[in-house]
Amino acid sequence: MRPSDRLLVGVVVAGLAVEACWLHARARQLDVAGRQASAAMVHRLGLTDLALFTEARYTRHLTQADRFAPFQDHPGAREHFPSGALVAPPRFP
Amino acid sequence: MSFRAWLERQRSLLDYTLASLGRRRGKNLSLVLVYGLTVFAVASTLFLTEALRAEAAEVLRGGPDVVVQRLVAGRHDLIPAAEVERLAAIRGVERAVGRRWGYLYRPASQANLTVMVPERFWGGDAELVVGEGVARLEGLVAGATLRLTGWSGEALDFTVREVIPAGSALVTTDLVLLSEAGYQRLFGADPDRFTDIALTVPNARELPTVAQKALQLVPGARAITRLEMARTYQAIFDWRSGLVMLVLSTAVLAFALVAWDKAAGLSAEERREIGILKAIGWDVSDVLLVKTWEGAVVSAAAFTAGVVAAYLHVFVGGAALLAPALEGWSTLSPRQHLTPAVGGLQLATLFFLTVVPYTVATVVPAWRSATIDPDAVMRS
Repeated sequence: MRPSDRLLVGVVVAGLAVEACWLHARARQLDVAGRQASAAMVHRLGLTDLALFTEARYTRHLTQADRFAPFQDHPGAREHFPSGALVAPPRFP
Repeated sequence: MSFRAWLERQRSLLDYTLASLGRRRGKNLSLVLVYGLTVFAVASTLFLTEALRAEAAEVLRGGPDVVVQRLVAGRHDLIPAAEVERLAAIRGVERAVGRRWGYLYRPASQANLTVMVPERFWGGDAELVVGEGVARLEGLVAGATLRLTGWSGEALDFTVREVIPAGSALVTTDLVLLSEAGYQRLFGADPDRFTDIALTVPNARELPTVAQKALQLVPGARAITRLEMARTYQAIFDWRSGLVMLVLSTAVLAFALVAWDKAAGLSAEERREIGILKAIGWDVSDVLLVKTWEGAVVSAAAFTAGVVAAYLHVFVGGAALLAPALEGWSTLSPRQHLTPAVGGLQLATLFFLTVVPYTVATVVPAWRSATIDPDAVMRS
């Protein structure tokens, strides 16, 4: 077997791996039960945020916190929760 | 030259390239590994942030249209119940509902719970409905008792009526739902004040006007529209966010280092190889083709392996390597598989940021060596 044939086999294997990922993604996208359950709870309870960061009030409800919330413990206080450093600062209009 | 002859020529060059790569197996494998890890880090971050963004857009669409909060000296304060009727009277508002919700810190588990009174709670006054994360952390099942400390210090026993199914964990994992009376017992909340007021506005085009009128009615308040909430989640993981910025800048620097090392010049062994090829009659174009194949094989292998590994990491492995960074100090996080939302644009950008510069960085020094006299190249 020539080296280029081995490469061809490698390309086919890589293509199959990508195809498997794509099929997995499609299957997940078609399985909407989780999303529907979340959307139903949001509608039923009037939820405003994803429960991604539960460590502080203003990171739990990112849309509800005002811009000064991370710094309001005392004047000149610095934001000290790790997730505060992960998300983008608010856009000023 | 016929197509078959051209193809045979490319195959022969490819055979030579692969044999040449095989001669420096250790160096090239470690290069593919480092390169692949760089792509893996960036692609994992992109996959995760895109999926979260898509999830937020899809799921939060049914949230309140406008939330009106009262602010006192720049801090969120409870809003008088009398404002509900005034806000409901705004033209365009279908209904206004006062909401009670807050936070409860559990010292034992170090978890912050979100306590909420649903508009129509389906349990009794001594019952709770808890999110999947709360149940996991506190070891609760339906029928179990959860002892909470009330506002006056007394111990309050609540029975868990049900655990919210894990399917909606992304929005409900830390929720504790209870009745209005239960909320009063727990927090001693003023019955004439709400945490905030949610407005239902059927016509989305009226949202800004309604928000403006709400602010006129409740001076000093803050009105957050559904559009602003959606914008927050669209912007939250953009390139300026710490997570993306950190991974992207590290990857770009690592990649710049590899590309610089490549572009700065060939090793003596590689230069000698080019000299010999030229001496035995290879064209400059042949040498450049070999080097292009070399760059393309290395970068395509690393890119594909990195992207596939990133996909498996995020959507099969639950982003296990990024989870500690996302969780921070929180002990309560949703455990839910995300729906893949792979952006073609992001992948194309990643491809052009990595594969193209690397291939160019491989070809340029080879071109410099290939255009010099073979004798000079071999002696240098």
